[in-house]
Amino acid sequence: MSVPEELHYTAEHEWVAISGSTASVGITDHAQRALGDVVFVSAPAPGAKVTAGEPCGEVESTKSVSDLYSPVDGEVTEVNAEIDDDPGLVNSDPYGAGWLFKISLAEGDGDGELPPGLLSADEYTALTAESGS
Amino acid sequence: MTDHAITDPATTAPATTAPRRTPLTQVHEQLGATLTDFAGWLMPLRYGSETAEHQAVRTAAGLFDLSHMGELMVSGPQAGAALDYALVGNLTALRPGRARYTMICAADGGVLDDLIVYRLADTEFLVVANAANAAAVAALLTDRAAGMNAAVADRTSDYALIAIQGPRCADILGPLTDASLGDVKYYASYPATVAGAPVLLARTGYTGEDGFEIFARPQDAEDIWATLSKAGADHGLVPAGLAARDTLRLEAGMPLFGSELGPGMTPFDAGLGRVVKFDKPGDFVGRAALAERAQAAPERTLVGLVGQSRRVPRHGYSVLWDGAACGTVTSGAPSPTLGAPIAMAYVTPAVAEEAVTEAAAARQDAGRLAVDVRGRAEPARLVPLPFYRRPA
Repeated sequence: MSVPEELHYTAEHEWVAISGSTASVGITDHAQRALGDVVFVSAPAPGAKVTAGEPCGEVESTKSVSDLYSPVDGEVTEVNAEIDDDPGLVNSDPYGAGWLFKISLAEGDGDGELPPGLLSADEYTALTAESGS
Repeated sequence: MTDHAITDPATTAPATTAPRRTPLTQVHEQLGATLTDFAGWLMPLRYGSETAEHQAVRTAAGLFDLSHMGELMVSGPQAGAALDYALVGNLTALRPGRARYTMICAADGGVLDDLIVYRLADTEFLVVANAANAAAVAALLTDRAAGMNAAVADRTSDYALIAIQGPRCADILGPLTDASLGDVKYYASYPATVAGAPVLLARTGYTGEDGFEIFARPQDAEDIWATLSKAGADHGLVPAGLAARDTLRLEAGMPLFGSELGPGMTPFDAGLGRVVKFDKPGDFVGRAALAERAQAAPERTLVGLVGQSRRVPRHGYSVLWDGAACGTVTSGAPSPTLGAPIAMAYVTPAVAEEAVTEAAAARQDAGRLAVDVRGRAEPARLVPLPFYRRPA
């Protein structure tokens, strides 16, 4: 299972990459493996305000559907249009071409300080090891 | 991300002990399968992409480990009579070498399991039960055979069950067996050899494709699996897990115990009243209740739905007609073959009529039928079952 060092994670199995005041969000390799083939992602629309820890979309796979949570507070600026045509990108490249949406961080979150509640790669690895998978 | 924990209700049992391993579990582990506790057995959910496994079965072939299924042997001079009393089918009428799809019902007509019964000899029947129900069915058969000259034995541990399913299955299996596959009819079984090992070879399955099920000795399972895998690779055969098996059977409109079938439903509810043989001699458990049910107007009808959005109707979701609940989804999944969400659902007969009337199309176009997918009404269309029928 892949858990890139440079990313941050949530306990709900999203990853977030923060660059300046922009956060890119996707689901982790662990999550896509657990879900199986992703067939549809409903991501928040550009302009939507999202709140850390609140559901903001859903991921459908063959066997299940899962809520998607925003890892941070902010406003959605961009949604990965490729996912609509090829949801399998979430499985084949969860940290790359399978990214889901981008958020402009809320005031005060773009000042170099990490938004609260995010996990490091080590913490996330430990979390998924605890769950036994 | 949190999972809405969609599970197969029939198979979700509290894990009190470690799940049982099949004779092939180690092979699945070596193949890197995602394993899951299914009805108390550690089973492969998928090896890679379940969609690719599904499509391989539709276009080439798939190899399944079904060793979790229950094998119950009923033998003795009155074995047939005992099954005629215990089950809704007419098993004494079954010729040796043939098989029947049948059910075991409660006195009130509720379905306790759906079964395939193979008559191996005049006095010997192999009853294949769902894994979650195998012990209960064995106990019921024993009870119902009381006083008759017939013995019931749970032989599940004595069998590995390997299925090879898909249009190329006969091409793959043919050179590896002494059986002449052209003579093995659908729902027939023969003692044969596969990869040199003695097996019971049956032309049955749960995928909507041509296929064989191989009942083998546990010690031969790995060799048979390896031989079929190697021979099948050139034909596009892949190992396929339970996730693909579920979408394959759903496309084929085949009921799953715990979803379309259960103690609260009779065979008639599922549109399978034909499996109840009222004309067989003697009484059988559930006869009176089922006879009444056969005469009564149905309370609900099993139908097929095709979702018109990409959000998938799942087990337990409400079916809506003009916004009011008119039924419940029993199984739903994204269909790899149709490229859209599909579902089976029980709906009121009045709504089910919409599937067959000319005027229905226009009404359906008006979006009156929908499924409540987590709080949002997603339009759906009623379609005749099955969703998929293999090319003749």
